[in-house]
Amino acid sequence: MAPPSTRRPGFSRRAQYGLFLGYVTAVAGILFAVLLLGVAIVDPTGFRALKGAALDATAPVQAGGRGIVRFVGGIGSSVSNYFLAASQNAELKRRLDASRRRLVQARVLELENQRLKALLKLGQDEPGAIAVTRIVGSSFDSPRRTAVLSAGGSSGVRPGQPVRSPEGLIGRVIETGRWASRVLLVSDGASNVPVRLARDGTPAIATGRGDGTIELKTLEVGKNPFRRGDVLVTSGVGGLYPPNVPVAVVVAVQGDATVAKPLADPSRVDYAMVFPVFQPAAEAPLSPQTQRALEEAGQ
Amino acid sequence: MSRIAGSGRDVALLSLRRSWVPVASTIAAALLDLLPIVATSPLVPDFAYLVLVAWRLLRPEMWAAQVALPLGLVNDLIAGHPIGQSMALWTLTFLALDLIDSRAGWRDYWMDWMFASIAIAFYTAGTWAIARLMGSQVEMAVLGPQLALSIICYPIVARLVIALDRWRLAR
Repeated sequence: MAPPSTRRPGFSRRAQYGLFLGYVTAVAGILFAVLLLGVAIVDPTGFRALKGAALDATAPVQAGGRGIVRFVGGIGSSVSNYFLAASQNAELKRRLDASRRRLVQARVLELENQRLKALLKLGQDEPGAIAVTRIVGSSFDSPRRTAVLSAGGSSGVRPGQPVRSPEGLIGRVIETGRWASRVLLVSDGASNVPVRLARDGTPAIATGRGDGTIELKTLEVGKNPFRRGDVLVTSGVGGLYPPNVPVAVVVAVQGDATVAKPLADPSRVDYAMVFPVFQPAAEAPLSPQTQRALEEAGQ
Repeated sequence: MSRIAGSGRDVALLSLRRSWVPVASTIAAALLDLLPIVATSPLVPDFAYLVLVAWRLLRPEMWAAQVALPLGLVNDLIAGHPIGQSMALWTLTFLALDLIDSRAGWRDYWMDWMFASIAIAFYTAGTWAIARLMGSQVEMAVLGPQLALSIICYPIVARLVIALDRWRLAR
């Protein structure tokens, strides 16, 4: 069939105007949506109330199905465990021996640490968790890597707070509702975590790659200090994440590029703990003096 | 319910079903985002978009372009996308398909799949670009598996939509 020569829906004026008005509405709607996106880009915490309400309304559905996550996530590993039992056993025995030796060393170091800290009268006040909760969902169809926690503002969770599991760092809270909150995972492209190499303390920035892995960027140029199997812990720089939380283990080193895998797999962890911001001053607005000094320096 | 509407109530119910099944099925597909799946890389297709495109290609006259705006807002809120992302991308898709429909006189199964694939590629690239503007510097290759899976899933979704359409219009 040949296409009609005109795009008029017929001779009815009403139908013609209706069609035209429809397109005007659609284009105006697109412009409005782009405006909303602009607001979201400039101020990611905008529409907090609306997004929080949506989180609250949808979180109970997810919380009910948490068992499925464990089931689906566990299928692959339990099948392979069955077939690799003998070799895994030998490997684990070897590792156990090695870690026993390390444990003795660590005990000695711990004692020495305590003694030195007592000498310096250094108080290390480690804050307790604000909330211990579960991960009930994630953004599995979007390029962003976020997860949903089943605890929100009513438990004291606020945007910016770090989230970890016993295995390692999970991410930080970006949106909260009353009973649910959204977490930006460390594997998201917008997540930058200041880390250091557990072995020798080399500082680096861990940036997510969006596919469940992390890219490590060192602050020094030239030699790549990372080796496969290196463990990275948070350095506490920036004041958001507490120091010495395990973050990732290096899985591949190719020239300057280093790829690491987060130690806490959000699909496996049992509990996620929300902690207060390590140094609250890091989140506070700048003092008027600093603001003025910065403006003068900028001019 | 018998095949022939026996009362005014039946007629009202049937017409309600006729007009609300497409909207309800799109929102139901958006609600799939709430499944308690925790994935570390994007792999699962955005079923709401697939259902939307399938309805649009099956029944071009049913929805005006601006219908995509509220549906997009619902999807943004449910999936936790930045508000405006699905609103803009879905409405742009509808306008583009209107343009295609005014040029191409007819479509067959393979052309439907091709247009749907182009639309899915546009949508995936759009979400990637918006994520980049929001500060998430990920490579586009990360979205490759999701794009391929979405294109492969489209005929299945289209089948479901056709079945729903037959039930919707049954009398």
